[in-house]
Amino acid sequence: MTERVPVSMTVNGEDVQRFVEPRTTLGDFLRVEMELTGTHLGCEMGVCGACLVLLNGKPIHSCLMLAVAAEGETIETVEGLAESKAIADIQQAFHNRNALQCGFCTPGMLVTAHEILKSEHPLTREEIRDELSGNYCRCTGYEAIVDAIEQVFVARAAGREVEASGQFAETAA
Amino acid sequence: MVTKTKKPLVPRLGSERVKPAPFRYFRANSLAEAFAAYAEAEGDCTYMAGGQSLLPVLSLRLQTPSLVIDISRLEELRGISLANGVLRIGALTRHNEMLHSPEIARYAPLLSKAAPYVAHPAIRNKGTIGGTIAHADPAAEFPGMTLALNAEFEIANSEGRRREPANGFFRGLYETGIAPGEILVAIHVPVFGEHDRCAYHELARRRGDYPLVGCGVRATIRDGVATNGRFAFIAVGAVPQRAFAAEAAIEGQRLDETAIAAAQTALEQDLQPDDDSETTGAMRLHLAKVLLGRLLREIALSPSKAVEAAA
Repeated sequence: MTERVPVSMTVNGEDVQRFVEPRTTLGDFLRVEMELTGTHLGCEMGVCGACLVLLNGKPIHSCLMLAVAAEGETIETVEGLAESKAIADIQQAFHNRNALQCGFCTPGMLVTAHEILKSEHPLTREEIRDELSGNYCRCTGYEAIVDAIEQVFVARAAGREVEASGQFAETAA
Repeated sequence: MVTKTKKPLVPRLGSERVKPAPFRYFRANSLAEAFAAYAEAEGDCTYMAGGQSLLPVLSLRLQTPSLVIDISRLEELRGISLANGVLRIGALTRHNEMLHSPEIARYAPLLSKAAPYVAHPAIRNKGTIGGTIAHADPAAEFPGMTLALNAEFEIANSEGRRREPANGFFRGLYETGIAPGEILVAIHVPVFGEHDRCAYHELARRRGDYPLVGCGVRATIRDGVATNGRFAFIAVGAVPQRAFAAEAAIEGQRLDETAIAAAQTALEQDLQPDDDSETTGAMRLHLAKVLLGRLLREIALSPSKAVEAAA
């Protein structure tokens, strides 16, 4: 056990100060200290993509960054994106298409989807797959996830919301 | 905010979980501070830039330094500049910046062409070119491509700065010409000339995964005749490798099918990949020949920069 050191950063719009062990990854910091358990830690070596968060607006692996190295930085987690409604249409599209099964990979998928949907032109399915190459899904497979992201591209290009649809439409909130 | 619960939702860090071994952390604000911290720790420490290779190493406890020296905020390691026909790329330039930089695309296009193959998008937002070169994974794209570019590395230590050419810099698996305590500051790349052409491609089981074989080629092509060919291969051994015999096979030749076949045959003298658990050496050599053929055809057919500019 080494001495805890102070760190301050902005998490989902809130300024936070904490003492952390230097070895604590940003992912563990978010889950344990901030109790933001939407960020999932899978492989903890930068392979699976479940732990993606936004660092100053760009997706990074929270397992590949020390919390103490995030001093002064702005972090946004899947909770922040959900509460600000920035990904509301993506969530709806995932729901419509049943683009998750166990849901472990979903936070990372949503963060990647949020990033690629900033593209000025709609991405082709092949390009979406390329962009998703760093996100592993071990149960549903990728077809439904690509479908969902494509649906959001279409809806945003037409300037409309993603409507609840599909076999789970009645249960959509 | 999300509702806070009284009990922790997840267990606190404990020795039973796979986490990095404890270490102290120091954020350097200058190279001098970094060198002083290194000296004080008597080498029982490691520098951290983007951390995209280091963090897995720490998490798997392959390394257990007592101190991590964060050099990721050193302004003197940033920036891309051009002077006297040489492009200077700061070591902290991120892979994503390499991918999108107009200067890299214009003056060192081989690096732009290799950039989309470097890891996955999220890693590219954090990983740095200096970090990947210092780490020297034999399957990593940028370290290997410095060989084809005749790049030079600017390395700092507590005494001052020195230069070391890329050729000969990769000494062994994860071993480089950077001595303990030194820091890679910048990569110097001679700019592409009007008649220089290049191409990069790799074969991987999945996009973004480490390749089975990767290759970058550059050559000067005037009136259809190739000179100064430099071919760099990755994932063919403990270090990235130049293919000198294959390069010699096209020197002064037109890049027709005969010359390309000669280069492919000569490649057997350059590369002797070992068998591993997934791939035989013979298969890797075969794939390397296929790649070289494709790339040489590509540069033979691609318009020169002068033509591109005129179009």
